[in-house]
Amino acid sequence: MSHLTAVLPAAITDAGTTSGGEATLFWVLAPIMVLAALGLLFARKAVHAAMAVVAVMISLAFLYVAQEAPFLGVVQVVVYTGAVMMLFLFVLMLVGVDASDSLVETIRGQRWIGLIAGAGIAAMLIGVVTRVTYPRARGLEAANADTNPVGVARLVFGEYVFAFEVVGAPLVTAALGALVLTHRQRLVRKIGQKERADARVAAGGVITPLPAPGVYARHNAMDVPALDPQGNPIDISVPRVLRIRGQEAGTERFAASPGTLVEDGSGGGARRDRPLPAAAGPGMTSGPATPITTDRGTETAL
Amino acid sequence: MSLLTAVLPAAVEGGGGVGATAAADFSNDNFWIWLLKAVAIIVFLLTSVLIAIWFERKVVARMQVRPGPNVHGPFGLLQSLADAMKLLVKEDITVKAADKLVYILAPMIAVFCSLLTFAVIPFGPAVSLFGIVTPLQLTDFPVATLYILACASVGVYGIVLGGWASGSTYPLLGSVRSTAQVISYELAMGLSLVSVFIIAGSMSTSQIVSSQTQIWWFLPLLPAFVIYVISMVGETNRLPFDLPEAEGELVSGYMTEYSSMKFAWFFLAEYINMLNVSAVATTLFLGGWRAPWPISAINDGMFNEGWWPVLWFLAKVWLFMFLFVWIRGSVLRFRYDQFMKIGWKVLIPVALGWVVCVAVVQGVRQFSGLDLRTTLFVIAGVVLAGVLVSFLIPEKKDEPAADRGEPEEFDAFAGGFPVPPLPGQVLPPSRRQERRAQAAREAAAQAPTETPQVTQEVHGG
Repeated sequence: MSHLTAVLPAAITDAGTTSGGEATLFWVLAPIMVLAALGLLFARKAVHAAMAVVAVMISLAFLYVAQEAPFLGVVQVVVYTGAVMMLFLFVLMLVGVDASDSLVETIRGQRWIGLIAGAGIAAMLIGVVTRVTYPRARGLEAANADTNPVGVARLVFGEYVFAFEVVGAPLVTAALGALVLTHRQRLVRKIGQKERADARVAAGGVITPLPAPGVYARHNAMDVPALDPQGNPIDISVPRVLRIRGQEAGTERFAASPGTLVEDGSGGGARRDRPLPAAAGPGMTSGPATPITTDRGTETAL
Repeated sequence: MSLLTAVLPAAVEGGGGVGATAAADFSNDNFWIWLLKAVAIIVFLLTSVLIAIWFERKVVARMQVRPGPNVHGPFGLLQSLADAMKLLVKEDITVKAADKLVYILAPMIAVFCSLLTFAVIPFGPAVSLFGIVTPLQLTDFPVATLYILACASVGVYGIVLGGWASGSTYPLLGSVRSTAQVISYELAMGLSLVSVFIIAGSMSTSQIVSSQTQIWWFLPLLPAFVIYVISMVGETNRLPFDLPEAEGELVSGYMTEYSSMKFAWFFLAEYINMLNVSAVATTLFLGGWRAPWPISAINDGMFNEGWWPVLWFLAKVWLFMFLFVWIRGSVLRFRYDQFMKIGWKVLIPVALGWVVCVAVVQGVRQFSGLDLRTTLFVIAGVVLAGVLVSFLIPEKKDEPAADRGEPEEFDAFAGGFPVPPLPGQVLPPSRRQERRAQAAREAAAQAPTETPQVTQEVHGG
């Protein structure tokens, strides 16, 4: 960060106030942060509120970096913006972005318990904060003597390692609790892709996707059946709805002419063990109820 | 605890012992040098994207035995330029249902964040630039690698917000997938980088490069390298992890409702991100700008000085770009549950386990003063013993699947109130249904009327 400090000389005057670049940065970021924080309170859409929080977090990270705590600043973005807020957004989108909170008490006396607990925490925090005395600052030079991350590591894994682990315990408990609460015992065996595929084959029927309708290059429409290699129309290629409504186009005009049909067992064709099922004759469907329009003009129903 | 604090400084200082960890020296830089480097990086990224699009289309085409773009310019090189021009002049649509501010902001977030990463990537060692000796790197600081992760994670907001702001279902699904993907794959990615930090003793990119004079970290840290490569493909939403834009399922995911320049920005961000992760992989695992072994030995390391390293750096980055294209050309998209399973049940546990192993080895080396070879031999011995012991353990026989046999009948009212049957139980035949069937049969016998034949359509697909 030597650069940034060069650009923004973080000069702390004897009075303990900052000046120069850092002060400018603060006065630029502070209004943004206050506005974004207000946005969290007053935004109508949950996603906008989340975005406001992200703005606050990133601005805060800038300030940390300007105050020669690059590790804290960057980790703030990686962990809180990158992971925690992302998780929030994920839940927001899953639950439904427009879902509103239910204000019904599910546990009796929940509000009162909450209020009392909140008051307790407030009392404790006020008690601690008012009695706090700061030791004399050692100065950034000493704190960042062997780079900022190393300095932070010494404190976290040295002096405060116990406090750190204690804070970790509730987090692990919460994660475990979530796992236990959302765990569902499986009563039946899981049916996976393989089982489904096996069942589909065993049931018979068409296992591939159905052929697409339309005879390309002759006519191109949903109501015209595709032709099989022998030139016969394939009825299932027309959507089921059209078939039931009787809107399937007549196949006569689209089937190959009888002379070009591939005859079974003729010289060029591959040998088959069993003969092909007799193909339905052309024109077996009822024909269109609506006229077919091509560029050669409108053709009425056959 | 006091013991730990006493030992920690030693450990930290010892960590630097592996590589000389000479950080890049930026003290000579002045304003116009910064400006020059910054502009050079932007120009490099934008032209690289144009080349990358051409490269990808050409290589994929070769893999699919077709020529690829070959009309505009020599070898079709101007094809991506033509595409860019086309995107510029296309109609810029803002959909009615969109949340306007976020909708316009999202592509910008994606691009700006992707442009930030290269600021800390070292292109080469110190060179003389118009008489000023400066490293070929815009900046560097002790947490540079974390900064890269931070930029990447903020960049994903572009995708997520773009999908949400479009006010349409498919984009929203794409962005939900994208959030889940980021949360799960960034963890694995971060953990795989941690082992490099532990071994190199630093998180600054220039120090990590200078710690790789002896050996590039992809060899001793092979599992971490593999995890990084997998998660970097996931991070950039490329096949086989392109679930946020799976065109077979979600039209094109988060960018479905985007057109013209706004779409182009997303496109640009995706390709810059590919370059970013390739550059990070190069810097952290493949020795950064260092020349590969036989070349590095020539003439007392001549090729590791001056402007030569830029060549090696670019070669390695494009090696990864080729890997991206190769993977795209040969692997199918994952199903979503498979994808999540790989992330959470394979990559993260393996990455965690590997970090612990690396930390233990590094700790043993520093606290006991054993050298690396002895430590590795001891570990190999322990692993070998473990494998031998595992041969002695008799193989567990598969428990015969609980044979449920015939489903048993049960009395739903046994407990006083009706309960549904559990698996393997059936309800006794319903008496009401019997009565109904009986009544129907009687009615049919009395009045034999023709009922219309309704053929049930059988759905094949």
